[in-house]
Amino acid sequence: MKVAVLSGKGGTGKTLVSVNLAAVAKNSTYIDCDVEEPNGYLFFKPEDVQEEEIEVKIPTIDDKLCNGCRKCVDFCKYNALAYIKDKPIVFEEVCHSCGGCILVCPEKALSEKEKFIGKIQEGTSDQVTVNTGIMNTGEASGIPIIKKLLKQNRFEKDRPTFIDCPPGSACIVMESIKDADYCILVAEPTLFGVHNLNMVYELVRLFGKPYGIVLNKCMDEENPAEKFCLEKGIKILSKIPFDNELGSLNSSAQIAARESNKYDTMFSSLLQTVIKEVRCETATSP
Amino acid sequence: MKIAIPVDDKSIETSVCISFGRTPYFLIYDTETKESIFLDNSASASQGGSGIKAAQTVVDNHVEALLTPRCGENAAEVIKAADIRIYKSITGFANDNINAFIEGKLSLLKEIHAGFHHHGGK
Repeated sequence: MKVAVLSGKGGTGKTLVSVNLAAVAKNSTYIDCDVEEPNGYLFFKPEDVQEEEIEVKIPTIDDKLCNGCRKCVDFCKYNALAYIKDKPIVFEEVCHSCGGCILVCPEKALSEKEKFIGKIQEGTSDQVTVNTGIMNTGEASGIPIIKKLLKQNRFEKDRPTFIDCPPGSACIVMESIKDADYCILVAEPTLFGVHNLNMVYELVRLFGKPYGIVLNKCMDEENPAEKFCLEKGIKILSKIPFDNELGSLNSSAQIAARESNKYDTMFSSLLQTVIKEVRCETATSP
Repeated sequence: MKIAIPVDDKSIETSVCISFGRTPYFLIYDTETKESIFLDNSASASQGGSGIKAAQTVVDNHVEALLTPRCGENAAEVIKAADIRIYKSITGFANDNINAFIEGKLSLLKEIHAGFHHHGGK
């Protein structure tokens, strides 16, 4: 079972939900795909951390072979190449590693070279395997790192996996939810929260993923995100209260479910609901 | 000497565009012949790297100076590699800037910003 946790904006509680779900599931895998700012490891404080560097291929140019035709410059949709003073120059951080410039060069003046863009780490915290993707500052895309994080051999069939997605609904999120069996959308009780919720709601529907919503930071007042769910007929999986104790535990990088029975019960109940939803989905649409 | 200015309209009375990479047009002005030509900036609709592509247009038109309110680091790298000097434009219209440049009243652009990559005008 692979569960992706996503939201249209940052700070809604993706990490709170995914970290605590992985913690109550005990024998589970947590994958932090928010490679620009991973923070799940701050809660898990994993041990025996193994590290692997992630590289992409970028072009390198042999000026002697270049005939100045500019086919590479014209081809690049990302404008990562310029032609100045009779030689092409590559803007490495703009390059998306598509390899097209190398293919279109009639003189074979371009070839591939390796460039490190970040790393992935794997460690353990109790029985939870903690995977973290870390992208180097300034890189164009974290997708190669996410691809490596979500490689099939990382998943064991009976071991639940929780994917902590980057915020938003861009390519990097699509890559993170691509192979998920179920998506949990985390939403805040504000109008702004609803706008961003709508973006990820459209995304998971576009991908044909089964989904449900966790309403975070719930207060007694009117909740626009709840209203949105009722209007659209979306399953509400859980309501997490806007509560001081939970906020304090979370902001001191503690895993609430490991610290207090109350939150252990709350997240265990959410986990059971999610498991039921996933089973139901696989039974009705295998 | 030819100079380039990012501009909002295809007219000598135009205002200077606040963006270099995503300006709709470039005004190329020749200080000797007093001729102006307007170029479409094909980079304005780019998904990314518009500064690099816009700078390429400027370089390909063999100008010696660029007058712009601001410039990102990638664009500046292209412009500087081509030995083109970047001057900070003053508030006002394109022709005010041309006159100020001819009178030697413009200073070189010192602040090169890190670009707005994927962050829309932050």
